[in-house]
Amino acid sequence: MSSPLRVALLHSVIRREEKLLLDAFERHGGVKVTCLDDRKLDFDPCGAAPPLPYDAVLARSVSFSRGLYARYLFESRGLRCFNESAVAALCGDKLRMSLALLEAGVPHPDLRIAFTADSALEATTAMGYPVVMKPIVGSWGRLIARADDADAAESLLEHKAALGNFQHQIYYLQRYVDKGGRDIRSFVVGGRCIAAIARTSAHWRTNTARGATASNCPVSEELASISLQAARAVGGGMLAIDLFETKDGYLVNEVNDTMEFKNSIETTGVDIPFAMAEHVVEELQKRRAA
Amino acid sequence: MNACPVCGGGVNLPINAVLSELLDCGECSSELEVSSLEPVRFVEAPLEAEDWGE
Repeated sequence: MSSPLRVALLHSVIRREEKLLLDAFERHGGVKVTCLDDRKLDFDPCGAAPPLPYDAVLARSVSFSRGLYARYLFESRGLRCFNESAVAALCGDKLRMSLALLEAGVPHPDLRIAFTADSALEATTAMGYPVVMKPIVGSWGRLIARADDADAAESLLEHKAALGNFQHQIYYLQRYVDKGGRDIRSFVVGGRCIAAIARTSAHWRTNTARGATASNCPVSEELASISLQAARAVGGGMLAIDLFETKDGYLVNEVNDTMEFKNSIETTGVDIPFAMAEHVVEELQKRRAA
Repeated sequence: MNACPVCGGGVNLPINAVLSELLDCGECSSELEVSSLEPVRFVEAPLEAEDWGE
């Protein structure tokens, strides 16, 4: 009988999602899970170090930067990370993610990038209003702003210029998509699109973190196909794909690396954390057999 | 029953609680983090940072 697989669950705090994953691994069996708090890690990448007592790391840090850099360090020690650091690096940077989607031919909202407030204003005017301005790094709809005209754009750009972080001066400008009050979030695990929800809100931002309500969205062939295409474009793994529905078909807005799913299990009837645990185990068993 | 560090009210620790788990104080609704299991202690949960998310 082979020894149990050893998975480190890398976290910042333990949210409902991480509890559900711990429970899913317990139900699955054959896996020893150790919780690793990213706030307490201390790596020495210079010297020879004893092997780490894990076969893989399931990265669930709520902090994008800690989760990404910890993955670089774990991978440098030969551990498989779920998702891989390259996937997290792409998904965590909206510009790099957009480029990956565009290079793969995945339909994506129109986009302009500028590096000064003046050139950003020229770009928004050329693009036509409304325009959505997004921080290059960020999530949960934080600091995303819609400019309905040049006056609003000018004010928003002035505010962004005053923000301290240099990343706010990389202006990511997306044409506003009228999505009819809802967007779609699909869940990809490995090579399958396992579930999807529709997120509805009276507000133009439809993040559930901002109060949008979720309902089940049947996974059509078209939705599965574009979701898998988007997942492959960033390197694959366990990913949440945000899509807009338009009269011309779906547009992929974003791909999320450390996906949240607590509100989508009952809504879809799909045991998302168990599917994730199963995927991790299958991948590790393949690696062990190789 | 353990004390909430914000309001001093009682907070129940779930049976299968783990270190760093988030939970809410039933009295003041503060978000708390389990900072120790033996003895049971809570701290205020960290505030959302700019790089937090998915």
